[in-house]
Amino acid sequence: MEKREHLDLYFQMVTIRRLEERAAELYQEGKIGGFLHLYIGQEAVSTGVISARQPEDRIITAYRDHGVAINCGIPARVVMAELMGKATGCSKGKGGSMHMADVTKNYFGGHAIVGSHLPLASGLALGDLYQHNPRVTVCMFGDGATNIGFFHEAVNLSKVWNLPILWLCENNQYGMGTAVERASAVPEIPQKAEGYGIPNSRVDGMNIMEVREAALEIIKKIREGGGPYFLEAVTYRYRGHSMGDPERYRKPEEIHHWQENDPIGIYRRYLVDRQLASEEELNQKDIDAQTEIDEAVQFAESSPEPAPESLYQDVFVEP
Amino acid sequence: MARITMREAISQALWEEMERDPKVFIQGEEVGVWGGSYAVTRGFYDHFGGERVRDTPISESAIIGSAIGAALTGLRPVAELMTINFAFVAMDHIVNQAAKLHYMFGGQMVLPIVIRAVSGGGRQLAATHSQTPDVIFAHFPGLKVVAPGTPYDAKGLLKSAIRSDDPVLYIEHATLYQMRGEVPDGEYLEPLGKSKIQRPGKDVTIVTYSKGLDLSMKAATELAKDGIEAEIVDLRSLQPLDMEPVYESFKKTNRAVIVEEGWRTFGIGAEISARIYEEAFDYIDAPIVRIGQKQVPLPYNRNLEQMALPQVEDVIKGVKEIV
Repeated sequence: MEKREHLDLYFQMVTIRRLEERAAELYQEGKIGGFLHLYIGQEAVSTGVISARQPEDRIITAYRDHGVAINCGIPARVVMAELMGKATGCSKGKGGSMHMADVTKNYFGGHAIVGSHLPLASGLALGDLYQHNPRVTVCMFGDGATNIGFFHEAVNLSKVWNLPILWLCENNQYGMGTAVERASAVPEIPQKAEGYGIPNSRVDGMNIMEVREAALEIIKKIREGGGPYFLEAVTYRYRGHSMGDPERYRKPEEIHHWQENDPIGIYRRYLVDRQLASEEELNQKDIDAQTEIDEAVQFAESSPEPAPESLYQDVFVEP
Repeated sequence: MARITMREAISQALWEEMERDPKVFIQGEEVGVWGGSYAVTRGFYDHFGGERVRDTPISESAIIGSAIGAALTGLRPVAELMTINFAFVAMDHIVNQAAKLHYMFGGQMVLPIVIRAVSGGGRQLAATHSQTPDVIFAHFPGLKVVAPGTPYDAKGLLKSAIRSDDPVLYIEHATLYQMRGEVPDGEYLEPLGKSKIQRPGKDVTIVTYSKGLDLSMKAATELAKDGIEAEIVDLRSLQPLDMEPVYESFKKTNRAVIVEEGWRTFGIGAEISARIYEEAFDYIDAPIVRIGQKQVPLPYNRNLEQMALPQVEDVIKGVKEIV
């Protein structure tokens, strides 16, 4: 990897962190409505795996989707505008936090019903298989989604039809406030993939280079016709499930323990220790990310509200 | 013109569209090797192959969900639900995904998917397999709901549905597959979202669709013997709902009977009559009559089942109450 690429990935991670922190503030100020699920702590998973895809590969995820949107190339200002429900948002203000997408960047959202996007992911992969496109679909979901029926139907189908799909489970330890071992009959989540005869492995989701290297190898195998693969990225969200989470289910010490292995800190040390980037260069990226978010907020705040007539637009393609 | 069955008409539409456009494919339970549980896709597997006629596991969420995903890649899937009763286990994908993605993502997602589903009672399959829940699906904005009542419409509407860029639920009635009707030899399309006068008349307007059309046509024949000429408006599409022909007819007859096979409570009759009250109040000369299924789960026993389902005699009686 070239230095430029490393600096870009680092910049993406810091941009996500700053975006999420700012979003939390804006939510408290009442400028963002609805639900807001922050990705803070999990940045290495999305940044790592999406850096390993080809631009034509398809990405689909759940509702914790702002970071994925940034990694897929949606500008921070467009993400911020969507959070504020503005006409300039990626979903024209109709989707909000949980429904961000840009199909021109092969990013298919942003889905808020737990696990419901997994069958859609099977379909994206089926579309490519049917059309003989050498594309791979990466489907991201949380540990909680492996307990709903959609997961089992979609994963089973992917094996039956040998679909080109990477099932990427982001195990952040909790489905809302319920710990994995309290919700899943097999706390070792890859066992569920094993049950469907799907090759699987686990990776440290706090370490971007490990995620990226695993994803590069897996995506290559899938593209060569290897069929579906299941990867568990072990990670942690520092913030609550959404804003307004009472967090009765975990102790502050647990959060502090994970924060000692902060994905941005790990990557920073990695880059400095190997002399891939200097402290100064990384500090500059920190400043650039802050500037990017400041500008994003400005853009979003000055953007127009959706026009009243847009209320009736896009119900159907052909009304 | 050939006189063919509803089953043949649907089958022809599918066959022609698959021949015309390689992006069209079929998936569902037993659509391939078996030939379709209602024999609609018999011969398709041998002709088009397993890639385009895809047998699926018994996984309705995956059938509809993956059809949506495939549609997002530019394909035109026709996903079959063996019966509409199985739609309930795929409800999220039908009403929360198919009906919403285009709007919710600001118009960027286009999903030209057709969901074929077999609806209707009268075959002694008891409560879980005999429902006519068509109206539920018309409640959700973003999903087109089509339900033909003649072989002619079945073919023309299905071809339009497959070519439409919107998600379409295409409802076939289980007891109409053997119905015969005239179908042109060459290609033709019927527009989605357009009601149609299936029988002209002057004394009463019967608004109906699907199986209700069959009942209403038979009732109209009987009523004509008593000198009552019923005009029958076939909705053909529940969403979008084309009310203009209904209003036009009603302004002429000033009387309406609405016939549906589904439960009357909160049914299509409720919607249509409310709209007539809203839009044509000054033309009302008699209470609007609603004919529908009795408010019970459909029983297995043949006599009880037929008691619960609307009959031709119910339509005749309903008309005579107000004419």
